[in-house]
Amino acid sequence: MTTIHERKFVSGDPAKCVGCCVCEYICSTEKEKAFNPTKSRIRAVRLNPFVNIAIACRLCEDAPCVAACPRDALDQSEETGLVIVDEEKCNGCGWCIEACDYGAIQLHPETKVVFVCDLCDGEPKCVEWCPEEALDFTTKDILAQKARIAVVKKLFQEALKATI
Amino acid sequence: MSYAGRILHVDLSTGKTETEPLKEEMAKNFIGGIGLGMRLFLDNSKAGTDPFSPSNPIIFVTGPLSGTMAASAGNSYAVVSKSPQTGHIAESKSHGFFGAELKRAGYDAVILKGKSEKLVYLWIDDDSIQLIDAQHLKGKSPHEVETAIREELGDFYIRVSAIGEAGENLVRTASIINDEFRAIGRTGMGAVMGSKNLKAVAVRGTHDVNVADLEGFVEFVKMIHERMKGPATRKYRTLGTPENVLVLNAIKALPTRNFTQATFDGAEKVSGEYLNERYIKKIVGCATCGMRCDHIGMVSEGPYKGTTARVEFECLWALGPNCGVDRLDAVIEAIYQCDYYGMDGISTGVIVSFAMDCYEHGILSKKDTDGLDLRFGNAEAMVEMIKRIGSRKGWLGDVLAEGSMRAAEKIGKGAVKYANHIKGLELPGYDLRTLQTAALGFAVSFRGACHLRSGAYSPDVKGKVNRFKIEKGRGKIVMKGEDTYNIIDSLILCKFSRGVYYEELEDMAKYYTLATGIKITPTELSQAGERINNLAKVLNIREGKGTREYDQLPPKIMNVPVPDEGFAKGAHVTQKEFDVGLDDYYEVRGWTKDGIPTVEKLKELGLQDLVPIVKKKLAKTQTPKRKGKGGE
Repeated sequence: MTTIHERKFVSGDPAKCVGCCVCEYICSTEKEKAFNPTKSRIRAVRLNPFVNIAIACRLCEDAPCVAACPRDALDQSEETGLVIVDEEKCNGCGWCIEACDYGAIQLHPETKVVFVCDLCDGEPKCVEWCPEEALDFTTKDILAQKARIAVVKKLFQEALKATI
Repeated sequence: MSYAGRILHVDLSTGKTETEPLKEEMAKNFIGGIGLGMRLFLDNSKAGTDPFSPSNPIIFVTGPLSGTMAASAGNSYAVVSKSPQTGHIAESKSHGFFGAELKRAGYDAVILKGKSEKLVYLWIDDDSIQLIDAQHLKGKSPHEVETAIREELGDFYIRVSAIGEAGENLVRTASIINDEFRAIGRTGMGAVMGSKNLKAVAVRGTHDVNVADLEGFVEFVKMIHERMKGPATRKYRTLGTPENVLVLNAIKALPTRNFTQATFDGAEKVSGEYLNERYIKKIVGCATCGMRCDHIGMVSEGPYKGTTARVEFECLWALGPNCGVDRLDAVIEAIYQCDYYGMDGISTGVIVSFAMDCYEHGILSKKDTDGLDLRFGNAEAMVEMIKRIGSRKGWLGDVLAEGSMRAAEKIGKGAVKYANHIKGLELPGYDLRTLQTAALGFAVSFRGACHLRSGAYSPDVKGKVNRFKIEKGRGKIVMKGEDTYNIIDSLILCKFSRGVYYEELEDMAKYYTLATGIKITPTELSQAGERINNLAKVLNIREGKGTREYDQLPPKIMNVPVPDEGFAKGAHVTQKEFDVGLDDYYEVRGWTKDGIPTVEKLKELGLQDLVPIVKKKLAKTQTPKRKGKGGE
């Protein structure tokens, strides 16, 4: 069993994302054998040219989508933290969609049951393909660590120059 | 297979719609994009139709790669119609997100005819087609329209291609803009939409787009992604096309003050280097593309504080050096205004510079400009003039909205000497006096002055030929460039990515076959490029144009030698050399001295059905008369 500290998920960096949607296309290719962003488990959002990000399931602790399902169609793997959809039980009611703050779980345009990122067996295609390396397959702890290092580098630019 | 296999017809007068299948033979012969678009135009229009007549069709067409994850081509569409600027065949392409959505909705082409009684927009929701009242969108910019339509239809992912006020006002240089800042920019397609009372096309497409060989296709795209990280796209990913400013300035090929000088004293201040250091805030990309090239500039101080626009070389040049303006804040504002009103930034800049030239030479007075001091370099006056053109405000705004060719005739007093256009389409930013392969290429381009119909400036800029003269052999260079560019524009690959197709036609043929399953060899593809050029030429001949007297250069290029001191001083295109170039080009094309495709050539290209169009013209010009009338 893994804790939330160890669970890796796909995280988008808004500073790097350019809104090209390559992640959406490769996701639908990998999972559905077709080019169709509406079938992608990761979705890109461009509010304006300066504000772009791609969003996928964040593997929440005690995932609210799972808790919201009235038909017990959703389950969260204790091992990986992945949200697993029982397509037999799901009737597309959408309570899980309302419960997710990130819009990461969606209703499939054809099967009419919900679908969500499954991390491609631990090797997410979107991360592999992102041309800007704006997607990270990482843990929350590592994200925090990276942010700290970045901010310290910024704060101590002069001191760094002197030591190199 | 990546064609949708369906063509949609919409009659804007009656609201009637129908679909017809796309035949495979048609697809293979004309590929998609401009090739397929022009063939459909020929089949759905009558000779001599006024561009603003309801019976002039306007065709939105995708490419065989649109909707797939083909880097730079998965996101594209083209628009084809008869140009209100030139009276010739018109085509223009745009990338972004809209094209992919149109393909996913299930259409290779949408043919719009007729005229709506009131301002409407077309709502394509997969199979459901509706005309929706757009009177509340009147006067709004394309981006405002996009935002409003997404809001009222309640879906953020709807893609919109729209016109601004300029299109509504039938400004002949009006563009169509999708995804905030990507434009069907050239040849006045926005005005044709305006003439039909069609404010926008909004699309939601949810169907899969499939390719014939998914595994092979994805592998190919992966390779293109890798190549896009390399040297072939460096320019577009770093400084962007504004890198051209200092490059062209150094070789005395940067047209300045309406093609008067070939170097700009303020070049440093409008250079790509200066722009990127001070104004570019983010570089973004189009759907499916592994490179990024959209340089988004923002003005952070001064009178235009807060203005944001996508900045490329052509518009920067047209509204910068070409108008004698060395202030990038004003250039960014001017580009923004062109996008806001929905006008081609290249043509608009060259029209304003034409008016400035007339003003400096006393042909236009302060009374004509309603008090505007329209001298070269007056940035505020330039920005104001753009707004007046877009809204047809004042006598001069209304006259200039007709484009430089018609405006020069209306103004009279020798103003034609200062009008820089070919066939009615304004020149882009290459000085043709010092880039003479380009001069020939621009002159013969079927849509009017254009650097992107053949890329004929490239051998000049790269020093592969003596760029100060035209000689035998240039015809072949231009023809080869045209045929390849016809394929690029029919597959609708982004031209910024052209360098990543290391094997050129071989790579493109492979791409096409992997996507469509239709086998095509590089030779067949090259022949399709030739076929498309001949088709365009025949269309122009059908419209009473297309012959030698229309393949000409503006007076300034022929008659006003470069005044700048140094190695380019005195350079200009001579009639004699230009005639050598035209003869050479027509000969390699297999056309007559008058520039008419022969019956044999059309048959060779499988265009037998077009023979009757040229036959009459050929009979009339059997004995070659005086070659072109030159640049008077």
